[in-house]
Amino acid sequence: MYKHILLAVDGSENSVRAAKEAVKIATEESLIEMVYVADFEKAKTEVLQAASSESLLLERKRKVAPIEEVLKETGKNYKLTILHGTPGPEIVKYANEKQVDVVVIGSRGLNGLQEMVLGSVSHKVMKRVQCPALIVK
Amino acid sequence: MQSLKQQWFGNVRGDILSGIVVALALIPEAIAFSIIAGVDPMVGLYASFSIAVIIAFVGGRSGMISAATGAMALVIVDLVVDHGLQYLLAATILTGIIQVLFGVFGIAKLMRFIPNAVMIGFVNALAILIFMAQVSHFLGEGYMTYVFIAVTLCIVCILPRFIKAVPAPLIAIIVLTAITFMFNIDLKTIGDLGSITQSLPHFFIPDIPFNFDTLVIIFPYALALALVGLMESLMTAQIVDDMTDTKSNKNTEARGQGIANIINGFFGGMAGCAMIGQSMINVKSGGRGRLSTLVAGVFLMFLILVLGNVVVDIPMPVLVGIMIMVSIGTFDWGSFKYLVKAPKSDAFVMLATVAVVVYTDNLAIGVVLGVILSSLFFVASISKVRIHQNNGTFIIEGPLFFASAQNFVRTIEEAKESNVTIDLSSSHLWDESAVGAVLKVVMKLEEQGKTVKVIGMNPASEKLYKQLLNVSSAH
Repeated sequence: MYKHILLAVDGSENSVRAAKEAVKIATEESLIEMVYVADFEKAKTEVLQAASSESLLLERKRKVAPIEEVLKETGKNYKLTILHGTPGPEIVKYANEKQVDVVVIGSRGLNGLQEMVLGSVSHKVMKRVQCPALIVK
Repeated sequence: MQSLKQQWFGNVRGDILSGIVVALALIPEAIAFSIIAGVDPMVGLYASFSIAVIIAFVGGRSGMISAATGAMALVIVDLVVDHGLQYLLAATILTGIIQVLFGVFGIAKLMRFIPNAVMIGFVNALAILIFMAQVSHFLGEGYMTYVFIAVTLCIVCILPRFIKAVPAPLIAIIVLTAITFMFNIDLKTIGDLGSITQSLPHFFIPDIPFNFDTLVIIFPYALALALVGLMESLMTAQIVDDMTDTKSNKNTEARGQGIANIINGFFGGMAGCAMIGQSMINVKSGGRGRLSTLVAGVFLMFLILVLGNVVVDIPMPVLVGIMIMVSIGTFDWGSFKYLVKAPKSDAFVMLATVAVVVYTDNLAIGVVLGVILSSLFFVASISKVRIHQNNGTFIIEGPLFFASAQNFVRTIEEAKESNVTIDLSSSHLWDESAVGAVLKVVMKLEEQGKTVKVIGMNPASEKLYKQLLNVSSAH
């Protein structure tokens, strides 16, 4: 049984689908931890364009709202954690530190072009995380 | 906030490594910013050393990198041209004094008044000016210059994908300087524009006449420098706050920037401030604590002491290429989306800030005008009260204060009905003008023989209303 499920989200269509799969493998006692990584590369633009740190928090919460909606509807235990760093490595570090039971992640995020150059986050996570990983298409 | 011990020794290994990376990335920038300002490279290098070392102790944001910057260099160009280095050093000291005063009087609160449209305008204008400052270094310098700039750009763009530990600009410098030697290519070098002294900075008092005339010359520059420096520093602090998910003390930072500039001026450095780009490099390289800033400053000085005689041989086109990349990195590329998404008035303020800075060559003027413009827009936008009327009931939507009161009076005065109700439940009375406006309307309508009822005043508005009318607030 998976007690602690790490659901890596970026607000994309894929992470909504990942959330639906996370719900399927979760039991009543499971905790689904939604992890959103605020990307270092976008920090400058995001801070400059937000009126305040409060509105930046709101902006990030809004991004994960569709996923939160999915989890809320099913009534499973969940919480949101916002990390800061480079998405792939940050998720891996967090998952290994917290010794989660499984990582659930969408196969492709928001930006197709960047992934062609940098490689996909889900691939990196799958390779380096020390627990089972579920990649959702 | 973390304890001081945590801020210094909470991340020793990460801080030392990232400090070294930052020092390597700082050297070309410090030299290039000196050249923009029209002073010897040593003035920028000494500034970067002094400011980084001092701010490590007195700054309010651990892990942030401060040194000689492009924004400050651009402000002092005219001062250096007209009056020379000694006046610049005096202006730097005065800048520090002004910044300390700002810090003591709580400038962080005032920073909230600088809207994001102005901040975006600021970085974009800065990027454009840094680029424009490079143009004279490549126009008409022969095709070899263009080739070197192009190769530098390629190295700086592509290499970081493969080599992360060493900053790409440094690799570009080493490789391309070596190539000019091997093939004996004749290019302008840093040595043609200034000299490098392989010694530590020392204390001296700027050689200027201490009189009122001097003050008149340096004060406008010092004020502009203080403003620009604090603006970029506090903006950078916000970015580092977000990246590290920790808090910083903005007033301590303002005071710290001041202390750093005062001492820096006495040690022959040009005014500086925090750097967005370098601070981001520091955080990304694992730097979090004060130690990283200290290491960056000390290691930079160490490199200059050891390698100073090699630095003068760096070809100018390589430095120009690096500066073009700095300009690209400084520009906020999210601005184009912002122009579409943001309210029209914000987009206008952003563009106006950029236009004013590029036209006047002065970042401070752009910021001040941008703030004034956006506050006017703000007042204009909240002074629009919407009034719905229905059978003698007037529902007021929006705050009532000096700017919106008149509009309110004018609309309600013209009521035709004999029983008038003014519903203030979606409004708020802010000041004397608002209370006066309500009174005036009631009086005027009653003069016309109408009955008037005011309903829905919220508690705060009612309190103000009674207070201003000298009515006891007991119900």
